[in-house]
Amino acid sequence: MSASSAAFRPVAAMLGLSIREVSQALRDGRVSATELCRKCINQIQRTRYLNAFITITEETAMEQAQRAHNRLRTGKPLGPLDGIPFSVKDNFCTENIETTCASSMLKGYIPPFNATVVQKLLDQGAVLVGKTNLDEFAMGSGSTDGVFGPVRNPWSYTTLYREQSTEDPDSDWLISGGSSGGSAAAVASLSSFLALGSDTGGSTRNPGSLCGVVALKPTYGLLSRHGLIPLVNSMDVPGIMTRSVHDAATVLRIMQGRDERDSTTIQAPSTPPSLPEHFDIRDIRVGIPKEYHALGLSQDTLDQWSRVATMFEQAGAQVQEVSLPHTQHSIVCYHVLCCCEVASNMARFDGLEYGHRSTVDSSTDAMYATTRHEGFNNVVRRRILSGNYFLLKSNYDRYFVKAQQMRRLITEDFTNVFRSGIDVLLTPTTLSDAVRYSDFIQEDNRTRSAQEDIFTQPVNMAGLPAVTIPTALSCRGLPIGLQLIGQTLQDWKLLTVAHWMEQQLSFPVIHFHGDSDERELDRSVRERTHTIGS
Amino acid sequence: MAASSSGYSRMFCKLRKYVNKSQSLYHTFVIRTIWTSGSKTQLQPKAHTKSLPRMVGVVGLEIHAQIQSTSKLFSGSHVRFLAPPNSLVSHFDASLPGTLPVLNRRCVEAAVLTGLALSCTINRKSLFDRKHYFYADMPAGYQITQQRVPIAVDGILVYSHFEGRRRNQVITRSVRIKQIQLEQDSGKSLHDDERSQTLIDLNRAGVGLMELVMEPEMCCGEEAAAAVRELQLILQALGTCQANMAEGQLRVDANVSVHRPGEPLGVRTEVKNINSVRHLAKAIDYEIQRQMEVLQSGGTVLNETRAFDSKSGNTIPMRDKEGLQDYRFMPEPNLPPLFVYESEASVPAGVDPAQVVVIDRLSAQLPELPSVKRTRLVETHGILQEHSFTLVNEDGLMDYFESVVQMTKIEPRKVIGWVIKELMGNLNSQSLKVSQSPISPCALAELINLVESNHISSSTAKQVFQEMWKAPEKKVGQIVKEQDLWMINDKDELQKICQRVVDSHPEEVQIIRRGNKKVLNKLMGEVQRETKGRTDPVQVRAILEKMVS
Repeated sequence: MSASSAAFRPVAAMLGLSIREVSQALRDGRVSATELCRKCINQIQRTRYLNAFITITEETAMEQAQRAHNRLRTGKPLGPLDGIPFSVKDNFCTENIETTCASSMLKGYIPPFNATVVQKLLDQGAVLVGKTNLDEFAMGSGSTDGVFGPVRNPWSYTTLYREQSTEDPDSDWLISGGSSGGSAAAVASLSSFLALGSDTGGSTRNPGSLCGVVALKPTYGLLSRHGLIPLVNSMDVPGIMTRSVHDAATVLRIMQGRDERDSTTIQAPSTPPSLPEHFDIRDIRVGIPKEYHALGLSQDTLDQWSRVATMFEQAGAQVQEVSLPHTQHSIVCYHVLCCCEVASNMARFDGLEYGHRSTVDSSTDAMYATTRHEGFNNVVRRRILSGNYFLLKSNYDRYFVKAQQMRRLITEDFTNVFRSGIDVLLTPTTLSDAVRYSDFIQEDNRTRSAQEDIFTQPVNMAGLPAVTIPTALSCRGLPIGLQLIGQTLQDWKLLTVAHWMEQQLSFPVIHFHGDSDERELDRSVRERTHTIGS
Repeated sequence: MAASSSGYSRMFCKLRKYVNKSQSLYHTFVIRTIWTSGSKTQLQPKAHTKSLPRMVGVVGLEIHAQIQSTSKLFSGSHVRFLAPPNSLVSHFDASLPGTLPVLNRRCVEAAVLTGLALSCTINRKSLFDRKHYFYADMPAGYQITQQRVPIAVDGILVYSHFEGRRRNQVITRSVRIKQIQLEQDSGKSLHDDERSQTLIDLNRAGVGLMELVMEPEMCCGEEAAAAVRELQLILQALGTCQANMAEGQLRVDANVSVHRPGEPLGVRTEVKNINSVRHLAKAIDYEIQRQMEVLQSGGTVLNETRAFDSKSGNTIPMRDKEGLQDYRFMPEPNLPPLFVYESEASVPAGVDPAQVVVIDRLSAQLPELPSVKRTRLVETHGILQEHSFTLVNEDGLMDYFESVVQMTKIEPRKVIGWVIKELMGNLNSQSLKVSQSPISPCALAELINLVESNHISSSTAKQVFQEMWKAPEKKVGQIVKEQDLWMINDKDELQKICQRVVDSHPEEVQIIRRGNKKVLNKLMGEVQRETKGRTDPVQVRAILEKMVS
């Protein structure tokens, strides 16, 4: 074992901790905030080949860490997040830090303000180490369609996966899921203890599941969207990615609540300081929606779903099959609504006030057209075109109104199930474990989104909270996550059940493949893929 | 401007070249039009066919009233006319991605107050929508408006105008208000033709507007002008809009068509770029006439937008929208429904009544509206209806009048002449406001009281008034004394003067004695001339009559 490998192991030991554990280590002085921040930044550099980050905010991070260190040293930490390195999906505005949405349109765009959720974390002393990669404007389910290139799933580089792969690590690697793939990879690769994603149709839970991290999509309106560059305003929710349910709850508690700058936010229900350590699962009724036995569900995932359902049952919880009859129509309606809001939200990118501006200036209209053509990728342009079509006066009733009506029925399905006494729903998060990139790109973004969002987007249609919990490794050694869905504003109860489930599962910590390989891989991958990015 | 910059407020956004200059020059909001009923009255057209009823004009108005508020509709930016370009622009106003609208309660209250004053039904729940179109001074690519459910509907505006040879016949009419909706104003585009570039000022972008849609129930420019004038007075009384057309606080677009009563409405044109009430009347009448002439010469009226050219008094085609504009309306997802509550008691638990809009609270705040003021003036002071209009139309004049009335003992209708003729005549000739009058209500009352107590004659008083205007620092008594204008009340002296006049006009005296009493007036005039008007005509007449009888 080489020297660098020896260096990696103790790092991994510290970096692999949960927020709760590392926060304790900071308070106990076992590690300083600056050391911890430095370690995370080194880890980001070491795993550059994952392409998880668009911007690394080393300088400001070290300054923040120094301030946290001073507070911790004097025994006056701001809270459980003081000194904790975190990263943020690059569609959240960060003051004086480039925010690109992985699009040419916003390359070089520096927002003058922080998103409310980012500000709340900074106010708690958390240390922002970087902005993470995504699909352009969060439109996708693979983190493969951004201008900075695809994100690689860290589990592509574990011993388990590499040992069964016969191919080159540079051709045989897995997608991270998306669109918050960079954030999921950052937490999974031990570069951050916490990452913010955004979840419109599953964009936090999907990569969370594929990368083996806890990913929470809170109730719509519980977290402020101010500063989150929108995809679908009526469904977007900031998502929380951590290595434990307990950590997710801690972060939720800090970020939730009314924000006067977002009129759709709601008062948070009162929440206890932390999740109960002991909890009687026998009081809980778990619903298994029969419609989620979808075509294409992998055997591995199905097995895990059954196993966990049985686990709940054996522990004394009531497990019963339930029906969500309109779920089958959800994905189509989701796409109509998504395209409509995209068409509208993207209208502001005209090259005038900010962002990319074409050099074509034969007329204002020509400038608009070329600016938008140059600034947006195909996926964005197609959604804009579709959305404008759906919103035409002659089409409005047939598409938008119909989709809205269906959305209400989908919401009612959930309401009815919960009214019947169900506390949480247990479902798969994705159809299978992570797909190889080379396979994933055989289908276009639209098709992939329809497949990948199947279990996640109905929750967004209804505004409900949902969380994916890393459950087990598949036969290929890749994470499989299961999703728990809760009632509106019952996020805490949802997390309580998720916490119980997590305790029964003991999901393994990531173990990267032998380090000599890793170093080589690091170099080769970096040379080949990082010419696109910054 | 640098791609990375967020310093939009420090500079103009420069846009090189633009397709159609006239298009941009006349850009204002493009507005939906609603035509539901015919006109009630008829304009007299110049020519008409014998067998058919005469053609008449049909006029509907769409009015954008800028809400008088210290901040914008959805952001905290200040609202000020003539501020340095791009100095009143928040992140939201510049449509920075990730910013969200936050509704300004003051703007909602203004719309509710206006709705109440116009007898509208206030919708307890209204909704916001996005209306999409690309324009350089509309940064988000859409305008937030209320297309589906506006804040107020089904109101009525009662207005009056004058008819008759002396224009003293008051005709009262009404026009239905279809709706009042809240929406954002756009920024301004300034075109630099020399450098072929467009400069954008976003100070106005996002300022709150009330769009008032009137049914097409008027028939001519005069009616429309009277309706707008009344609306201006109402808005000013409410304090919800300063309603100055020249400053763009009130923008009026007219939908004009012509048809024969009983037949379906004709094709309409939309006339824009009207910046005064007077121009509104001219633009509408020109347009009605033009359309009639087009139809009578066998042509067809095009559905188009026309601009009023104040120099020529004509309307000219403005822009041809390429095809039909589809605004792709969509509900605004970032704003929950707007709730307005009947009373404090109806505010749901958990909601702070101080943070919401309560109709009862606003009703209690409604000031005396112009029509009520006029009725009160006529009833309390016994003045003519037409005079009540003048008093209410002129800012501060009613208060001036009532102050004078209070400080004098004469009948109020005698005061009205002083206020409307003397005071307003002088003010108008010097373009002064009532508040700038050099003669205070108190001074005028003093003058009137001198007349009333026979200390000066009423003709002298007019002379004194002009002196007072020139020398506001002097007291009335001082002026009268300096110019020796006190009334001659000494009977003997009057007798002497009259005798002199009678003696020097023997012929006239003969004529009078033969029965032509009218000639007595000539003698009276002579007395007035000799005394420089310092006599009481009633007294003089009595003396003269006695002498010649």
